[in-house]
Amino acid sequence: MTALLVNILLPLILAPLLPGIINRTKAVMAGRKGQPLFQLYYDLWKLLRKGAVYSRTTSWVFRAGPMVALAAVLTALVIVPLGGSSAPLHFAGDLILLAYLMGLARFFIVLAALDTGSAFEGMGASREVTFAALAEPAFLLGLAALAKLTGSLSLTDILGGLTWQIWSFGAPELAMVAAAVLIVFLTENSRIPVDDPNTHLELTMIHEVMVLDHSGPDFAFILYGSAMKMWILGAILVQIVLPGTGAVSPAHLGVSLAGMIGLAVLVGMVESVMARLRMVRVPQLLLTACAFSVLAIILVLRRS
Amino acid sequence: MNELIDALMVLLVLMNLRLLGSSRLAACIRIVATEGIALGLLPLLLVWSQTSASSVEPGLSGRMIFLSVASVLTRGVLFPWLLLKAQRDAKVRREAEPFLSYPLSIIAGVLTLVLSFWLRSRLPPSFASGPPLLVPVALSTILVGLLVVVSRRLAISQVLGYIVMENGIYVLGLALVREIPALVEMGVLLDAFVAVFVMSIVTHHISRQFDHIDVDQMDSLKG
Repeated sequence: MTALLVNILLPLILAPLLPGIINRTKAVMAGRKGQPLFQLYYDLWKLLRKGAVYSRTTSWVFRAGPMVALAAVLTALVIVPLGGSSAPLHFAGDLILLAYLMGLARFFIVLAALDTGSAFEGMGASREVTFAALAEPAFLLGLAALAKLTGSLSLTDILGGLTWQIWSFGAPELAMVAAAVLIVFLTENSRIPVDDPNTHLELTMIHEVMVLDHSGPDFAFILYGSAMKMWILGAILVQIVLPGTGAVSPAHLGVSLAGMIGLAVLVGMVESVMARLRMVRVPQLLLTACAFSVLAIILVLRRS
Repeated sequence: MNELIDALMVLLVLMNLRLLGSSRLAACIRIVATEGIALGLLPLLLVWSQTSASSVEPGLSGRMIFLSVASVLTRGVLFPWLLLKAQRDAKVRREAEPFLSYPLSIIAGVLTLVLSFWLRSRLPPSFASGPPLLVPVALSTILVGLLVVVSRRLAISQVLGYIVMENGIYVLGLALVREIPALVEMGVLLDAFVAVFVMSIVTHHISRQFDHIDVDQMDSLKG
């Protein structure tokens, strides 16, 4: 029961807070007052009450896109544990399911973008898929290294089995996996070194340009889905960096939640001090993440 | 203590990859200098880990410390100083178009690492004692140096590749023979120093003569 509460209810309620914290950090760093912490909640509430506008050129794919994407991400939520507790659904190999649920969500958003027939959205879709194709191997290989290190194939056992003992002898490979997952986190959530979430120049946008034609509840689904995706990837990253003792405890849950807030602040600080990379440099960043993951796998295999 | 040596080796691998992916010459020179400083500390760490493991072997000798300091000074201070000077003289800031693009270079760097680990598994375990990462990382560093030499156009980048290869040979030497005779080690350091010295002078003359240090274009001299 508590597992259900922690793993489902907490993310459902708290996920839209993360972008708020990121924006507030950026505002404080820039000396501005910034938008309210709960801005995304207000936006979602506003969008849900509105009607949607559909172009005559679009088909059912355009309407299905946001719903399938949100459903896939919500399913992914069920298999990702938080704070040392076990996820409501866990079985051997669910880490591959996680990667493919993320892939499914992205695939339908991309399809919906292509369905509009707009050149801008097609361009955004092409970029999104290019970068995702490079981010996915880095993520999967990083998880594979963790699976080998903890000797299990389920996310619950992997993230729950990561303890300070493993960090004490496997610090190099864990640090490399964490770096790879951080780069994947920034890419998948279209944050700054890869994509600028604030820009409104279609020529430089990646993720935002794909969802320009969605409105009303559909757009709310997309915003909520991406907040949820940020929560899921963030939860994995936080649990790699802040391992527990192997037992379920409220203290560890508190540490994990503090870690999520810390991660959001970190992302805000990265966005305040860095500029977006040139588009041609992004694949190099993602290949670096892949190199980190491969290196971690080599090091882990050498130990066994 | 082995964890510290492992961490140092992983750091070396990461710096090699950074070198392969970086186009700014000054950044590349600084990476190679950092590698040199890290490698200068390596023999001290190796001796320390041995003494803490067996506690019968003699600890740090004055000779070791002298060699370490000489190595750090040459690789970490002298080489970068010479190369940065040569780079300023030649007025080049970045490698424009390497033969192998930067993303491909990073992939190739990871492949050299895989190859080195495979090679190590084919060698008999008695080939080298000590921390298990030493030999594969040394082999991969030598290959990365070779890769930089053949895939870059600018004379300075090729000198950097040469130094990285020398770094790899140094680590391999440490893995094979724990106590390299001081004379040999000093000879190697002197050789490397003279090579870098001569090459930075050559770079200077190339840039004076042809207004660039793109080695590839020198083919056209032959006619």
